[in-house]
Amino acid sequence: MQTYYQKEIETMPPEKLRALQDEKLVRQVRHVWDHVPYYRAKMEAAGVTPEDICGVRDLHKLPFLSKADLRDTYPYGMLAVPLADCVRIQSTSGTTGKRVIAYYTQHDIDLWEDCCARAIVAAGGTKEDVVQVCYGYGLFTGGAGLHGGSHKVGALTLPMSSGNTERQLQFMMDLKSTILCCTPSYAAYIGEAMAEKGIKPEENCLKAGIFGAEPWTEEMRRGIEKSLGIKAYDIYGLTETSGPGVAFECEYQNGMHINEDHFIAEIIDPDTGEVLPDGQKGELVFTSLDKEAFPLLRYRTRDICVLDRTPCPCGRTHVRMAKPMGRSDDMLIIRGVNVFPSQIETVLLQEGYAPNYRIEIDRVNNSDTFDVYVELLPEQFSDTVSAITAMERKLGDALRIMLGISPKVHLVAPRSIERSEGKAKRVIDKRKLHE
Amino acid sequence: MAIQQLTAFVENRRGRLVELTRLLAAAGVDLRALSIADTQEFGILRAIVSDTPKAMDILRRSGVLVKSTPVVGVRLTDRPGELSLALAALDEAGINVEYLYAFLAVTPGVADLVLRVQDNDAAERVLREAGFEII
Repeated sequence: MQTYYQKEIETMPPEKLRALQDEKLVRQVRHVWDHVPYYRAKMEAAGVTPEDICGVRDLHKLPFLSKADLRDTYPYGMLAVPLADCVRIQSTSGTTGKRVIAYYTQHDIDLWEDCCARAIVAAGGTKEDVVQVCYGYGLFTGGAGLHGGSHKVGALTLPMSSGNTERQLQFMMDLKSTILCCTPSYAAYIGEAMAEKGIKPEENCLKAGIFGAEPWTEEMRRGIEKSLGIKAYDIYGLTETSGPGVAFECEYQNGMHINEDHFIAEIIDPDTGEVLPDGQKGELVFTSLDKEAFPLLRYRTRDICVLDRTPCPCGRTHVRMAKPMGRSDDMLIIRGVNVFPSQIETVLLQEGYAPNYRIEIDRVNNSDTFDVYVELLPEQFSDTVSAITAMERKLGDALRIMLGISPKVHLVAPRSIERSEGKAKRVIDKRKLHE
Repeated sequence: MAIQQLTAFVENRRGRLVELTRLLAAAGVDLRALSIADTQEFGILRAIVSDTPKAMDILRRSGVLVKSTPVVGVRLTDRPGELSLALAALDEAGINVEYLYAFLAVTPGVADLVLRVQDNDAAERVLREAGFEII
């Protein structure tokens, strides 16, 4: 039986949903124009006023926002309500440059948590469930979002935060967690830790996992599903739009339904900014529809993906987005060749390795060095040097075929590659190309 | 009767080998023979120890990649030319030695040799027929 958290909205006929978006967009644009001088100036520069925006069909007239805009207006330049009306701050992990902060009124928090609740219910969650949230708590939106969503569903929420895997496993087994929420790399790590302890996938009570906040592949999904004995659901979001829950997978695992009553998604050509028709690959752009504190109009996510409007058997009418095919900003250019870390992960899984790797890129004598460190699995360990170097060569060949350039492969001891228990830090680019 | 050799993956970084030997010492595991094959990046430690399962358990629990490998042990008289005779016997039988290491046994006058080959049984038979004692 199909269940929804907010059935009427989630299954709303497309034309009705579009009318709702039209109405909300007009209000959201007016709200921004009246309260965010920074964006108003952008609109004025583009010769657009709120009167020009009568609905979604006029959206393309509005100027884009990018992460650079958010950095330039740090901390409160995008604030659209009095600060006294805000109740929460969250922030991006911000590994480079200034962090981006997001602010929320209680209304904004409620909408965000509703979105997460929809994701949990779509993954089979009910008030009978025990939801173990091991996304990081704190400034990161992962913990707070799923935590709030789980409360809305009425499930028993375990606010574990990330790390301390020993304790995660103990609570998971003792309290019979049924739904796991964390990053896919941490889910894979928990799977490994479980196997190491001799706990079989069928011995835990987990039935589903909601994994997001970093790119992962289908191969990785299957690996996690097998090692934990669950169904793994993807969830998408970014701090700028509120956090996780902008889009989520249903049981058909065929793209993530975007919560279109709260966000309009567009796909644009990242070079020209031109809007592309549904089904074409391009950069994903979001416009919020009813945020009070931090409304964003046409925010460029840098995620490259495709939208799919074909009907979904789950009954949800909201458009689906494909798993991002890479971020236009995590693409590496090594010796002139475009490399996505997810391609490396795909090869590792195909070749029978665990997706625990580290890429190091440097520039020596004006030429790029490209090293890939990969953990040996216990069953792959041989007692001769020649067997191990042959494995390195074979993996190097497979990577060269996939990427078009040859990395130097280094097989290293299991668990020797650092795992941050939040987002995996997989790329170390020492070339400093942007400074 | 093949001997179970302890095989461990050792990253080529400072202090790693000391850590390993300390763990074995603390567990009271006696090293009878030891050899390390190394590259710039990693080494493979091969050892004959007093208690292989115990040593593996200790190391594995400390996160070391280990396995046991069946190897052939042969006892040689400690005199010039003896090793060469043993190897010649294997060579004649078409048995390829992947690696070997030798050590002086506790018994005076003899040296023990550890051999890694594809087919342990064949190697043992050949060596026995050539008059060597298998340990």
